[in-house]
Amino acid sequence: MPAMTMVQAIQDALRIALREDPRVVLLGEDIGKAGGVFRVTEGLQAEFGEQRVVDTPLAENGIVGGAIGMAMYGLKPIAEIQFVDFIYPAFDQIVSEMAKLRWRSAGQYACPVVVRAPYGGGIKGGLYHSQSPEAYFCHTAGLTVVIPATPSDAKGLLLAALAGDDPVIFLEPKRLYRSTREDVAEGAFTVPLGRARVARSGEHCTVLAYGAMVPVAVEAAEAAGARGWSVEVVDLRTLAPLDTDAVLASVRRTGRVVILHEAPRTCGYGAELAALIAEQALTSLQAPVLRVTGYDTPFPYTLEHSYLPDAPRTLRAIEHAMTFA
Amino acid sequence: MTPPLRRCLDPDGRPVGPLPELARDDLRALFRHMVMMRMLDQRMLSLQRQGRIGFYGTATGQEAAVTGSAFALRPTDWVFPALREMGVSLWRGTTIREIVCQLIGNSGDVLLGRQMPCHFSDRKVLTVAWSSVIGTQLPHAMGAAWAARHLGHDVVCMGYLGDGASSSGDFHAAANFAGVFRLPLVFFCQNNQWAISVPLARQTASVSIAIKSVAYGFPGERVDGNDILAVIAATREAVARARKGDGPTLVEALTFRMGGHSSSDDPTRYRDAAQVAEWEWQDPLHRFRAWLTACGHVDAGDEARWTEEINAEIGAAIAEAEALPPPAIETMFADVYREMPRSLAEQMRYAIAVGEGTKFEGAFPL
Repeated sequence: MPAMTMVQAIQDALRIALREDPRVVLLGEDIGKAGGVFRVTEGLQAEFGEQRVVDTPLAENGIVGGAIGMAMYGLKPIAEIQFVDFIYPAFDQIVSEMAKLRWRSAGQYACPVVVRAPYGGGIKGGLYHSQSPEAYFCHTAGLTVVIPATPSDAKGLLLAALAGDDPVIFLEPKRLYRSTREDVAEGAFTVPLGRARVARSGEHCTVLAYGAMVPVAVEAAEAAGARGWSVEVVDLRTLAPLDTDAVLASVRRTGRVVILHEAPRTCGYGAELAALIAEQALTSLQAPVLRVTGYDTPFPYTLEHSYLPDAPRTLRAIEHAMTFA
Repeated sequence: MTPPLRRCLDPDGRPVGPLPELARDDLRALFRHMVMMRMLDQRMLSLQRQGRIGFYGTATGQEAAVTGSAFALRPTDWVFPALREMGVSLWRGTTIREIVCQLIGNSGDVLLGRQMPCHFSDRKVLTVAWSSVIGTQLPHAMGAAWAARHLGHDVVCMGYLGDGASSSGDFHAAANFAGVFRLPLVFFCQNNQWAISVPLARQTASVSIAIKSVAYGFPGERVDGNDILAVIAATREAVARARKGDGPTLVEALTFRMGGHSSSDDPTRYRDAAQVAEWEWQDPLHRFRAWLTACGHVDAGDEARWTEEINAEIGAAIAEAEALPPPAIETMFADVYREMPRSLAEQMRYAIAVGEGTKFEGAFPL
């Protein structure tokens, strides 16, 4: 198996999709000759032509709206939004059109669009290249929201998203694009949507994380191990629909839970997790459900590492959960 | 320079320009369809006033623009209508009964009561529902046209809009993409002068809507939207251009919304009776009737007979539709996704239990 970065693994998935399914079309800004600002689509236009890897005008509502029309007609478009921070001009097309087409047409039209977008901070990108808007999309009936944390998952989840017949928001943790390599199986394979993964097993406390926060959680868990606390890290992988079984099973076993995300705290995805746990696992809890999140401020430039949850902040929360009495 | 206004018949039905080639049977069918649209509007608005349907948007005064543009398409072409193009679906084969079921939102509704009245979509005639946000269907029309060409299909897409939608970002994006990629797409704008209470002058300082096409690199046409022959001539040319691979056209049909924006609107609050009167004498039915009668294609007996037939058909459709029950609760949960996620299935079980007043076995918060 070749060792790949997440960028390479995603590109591998796109190449397989383009090769195996003539209905697959990529569209976005600068994805052709330039290969995308993160080089995810590098070489794909040369290999598959300008009709299938299309540089579009600069209008996200046009990219997503056009992809919706393509999908209802019978193609399988993959729309790249250059940074998820640029997705808001397409917000209406996503939440009221793409997400609702199957339902509002009573199943007459499907809308299998995959919207790929790099998200999250840690690259000195400031307000417009760092946001984590996943909660908006998880709040929207009809969308599947996927965030991989490893190269192999990125490939398998993207191919699973493409194999489906519904729209998927596929958020790529840009901070992890090239941070690690791992062996990724060759050829087509899928990682099922809607299934979490235990990234690290533990007995005393559960950390729920996704995307770029998974390695942060693992680092904190390792540090907690030195204090004698065995911490489990659950990588959610799909936020909508959520693998509630995996979350509840871990929390019921450990009785303590820390939720990690870099998006702002209020009404963030952690609030949904906390509510789920309160509703369905209250009697298992030995400590309050804790959240380590970005702050309710805009995403800062200079102070981004103060804003982003890191291992020390996560460890403080684990400590609070472990010593709560 | 804004394109000149194209007109075949004057308001009294006298030819003033070259007329399109049309078979007598088609002419009769077109007129009957316009009569049917007018009657359906009257009956449905009256049902709304009686509280038997929740909402209605008429196309009264715009029958020529709707019917003429629909006529220029093939059954295999795709249509992305806006609010006032229900007549396009009807022309292509949607039945009055299906429309009435949609307006009521009953279990016989193709859309299972999920959408407000007049937000119809019918795959069998290749129409896709518009959204109340306005203009959102235009990028879809653009994308579908793109897909059709990509797959090598001989298909043209028609994206309808009103004067209000010409201000929207989605119109701009769709027109810009369509121009860049030279897509087989026709933008058909029913410029009926009013977007709810906002007049055309507040939508644009441009001398026309058609002229906006220049900025997108494709032709624009202005046509008298109350003159069905002119609408057919202009739309046919635009569709033929798209079919040939010569790219999009923006057709602006000048017409007038004789009624309110919808059954919820009172236009006397914001517009002059004098303006309405000015358009009354340009009525599209009157104009077409006068010409057809002068040519001997239609006589008074035809219209009387059609009126009777249509009345009976609408009456039967209402009776049948009103006898149908509302959709079952579980229909609300279907089609959110192709496969229902377990969390949604749980909510559905709960909703059914609550609806039936039975005890729900499961986690409490549901």
